[in-house]
Amino acid sequence: MEVPILTQGQYLIASIQSALTDADLSQLREALIERVGRFRARGVIVDVTALDVMDSFAVRTLRDIAHMARLRGAETVIVGIQPEVAFAMVQLGLTLKGVATALDLEEGLTFLDGVARERVERGQGPFDRGPGHRDRA
Amino acid sequence: MATTSKDRPSPAAGLPVQTQDTAALLRELVAHLRQNRTQLREEWARRITRAQLLTAMTEAEIFAEATSVYDNYVEALETGTFEALQAYARNLSERIIPRGVETHEVVGIVLLLRDVLARSLFAKYHEDFDKLNRILDAYEPAANRIANTVAVGFVQERERIIRQQQEAIRELSTPVLQVRERLLILPIIGVIDPQRARQLTEQLLRAIRTNRAKVVVIDITGVAAMDSNVANHLVQTVEASRLLGATVIVTGLSPEIAQTLVTIGVDLSEMATVGDLQGGIEEAERLLGYKVLPLEELAPKT
Amino acid sequence: MPDELLVPIASDVDVVTARQQGRSVAANAGFSSGDQTVIAAAISELARNILMYARRGEIALNLITNGDRQGVVIVARDQGPGIPDVARALQDGYSTSGGLGLGLPGARRLMDEFDVSSVVGKGTTVTMKKWRQLAS
Repeated sequence: MEVPILTQGQYLIASIQSALTDADLSQLREALIERVGRFRARGVIVDVTALDVMDSFAVRTLRDIAHMARLRGAETVIVGIQPEVAFAMVQLGLTLKGVATALDLEEGLTFLDGVARERVERGQGPFDRGPGHRDRA
Repeated sequence: MATTSKDRPSPAAGLPVQTQDTAALLRELVAHLRQNRTQLREEWARRITRAQLLTAMTEAEIFAEATSVYDNYVEALETGTFEALQAYARNLSERIIPRGVETHEVVGIVLLLRDVLARSLFAKYHEDFDKLNRILDAYEPAANRIANTVAVGFVQERERIIRQQQEAIRELSTPVLQVRERLLILPIIGVIDPQRARQLTEQLLRAIRTNRAKVVVIDITGVAAMDSNVANHLVQTVEASRLLGATVIVTGLSPEIAQTLVTIGVDLSEMATVGDLQGGIEEAERLLGYKVLPLEELAPKT
Repeated sequence: MPDELLVPIASDVDVVTARQQGRSVAANAGFSSGDQTVIAAAISELARNILMYARRGEIALNLITNGDRQGVVIVARDQGPGIPDVARALQDGYSTSGGLGLGLPGARRLMDEFDVSSVVGKGTTVTMKKWRQLAS
């Protein structure tokens, strides 16, 4: 099942609609990485509101997406983690350490806008790919 | 009235004898109960009051409920089905439990009704002992079943309400407060057992989502001690909140609890802590971009 | 309701099926929504392990009652290569396939009973149980 990926300005938004198999997740990762390069996106939002379970593979994939996107100059935010899923994740010891998270799409966009603003303030143009990428731990 | 002796097995106590005889007898019984509905209900209501049952209700209320129970009772006898009675019993219980009516009262009034009806049967058939016996044989198992249905229905409803109340109390005793927009405060007081800890976390996470909170202040000033399990749980709560996009500030951390956290391997430099609740709220407001201005600054300068 | 629910694991999609069925069995046993999520995630890990290491196997789901407790029993069986060092596999952070290796240890932390029996060259069976107290 392919996950729809939309562009909004300089951002890519991937909205997961239903339960995903491991293959679907891998495909999503490839698609996002490819598009970040192609569109020179500054930010990636992955909306996991529809996921009622997140296991180690899902978490690993999201971390991979964030890592690879950052290597290409884009910041990633995971949004829409359900309260129960969040609780299950921490109990299972699955962390998204190093990856930004936000409540929902709106918050995710606000976060990315904030990151872009900071880059401008730091003297990096919005299209700069210099050092000093923010690592959100 | 001539009695005919029939060959039939003597029924064991309490077991229904499924014969056409039984059905006919029950029909006769039901007719009798309907005919004497008024006197029997009044008799029953009188005896309830005399036995000092249902003191939480007025006489008028007792009579009204007695009427409903009576009619449902007779209906159950007539149809031989108990679903309607069950539903009624639960409905009745829902109404009277909040009034403080207790189990022994409900059992008491049902037994009284049985007694009232039995006595009226004695009065009617005292000249025909054999007939009386047969009617009682037909009546007895049904009456038992009815008493059972009503009592069990009441007890089940009571248990359900108690569970609901316990749940409500637990929720109340762990309030998540919305103090400002996007800011939640969770003051924790007293002893936390694993079950309560879990409930706190679930409530907090749901509240973060509902209130779209960006900062949560968890105040543990009121918590005397915390074992490593609960401490672990606190750390998990902080992590889970972050997954929902909220920052957690822990306030009121005593030296003992700080020690427990360090012992279980928590890097306190990773956890945002502030000494007291007030300080925590100020820090939270700072994070949210609020600035509290003294009144003079707001007043227009002349 | 059938006594045992058997989910064959031979593909990606089966992993999703296994965890959805697991959630549903847990729901029927009256587990809280939070616990259902945890159980579903644990099943997902086991099912994926089967796929990764043995290519095929099965997950058996059962509901059991013991006195005043009700529980879910999950058995993951395969005839794959087996786990040479079970103790090490149960340690956090261990994995031979380069992943996070959080499948077994994470699941084990959350289940009430957890047992791994494996024979190299023959296969592996992981049994996990989660109990729930019934209201008296």
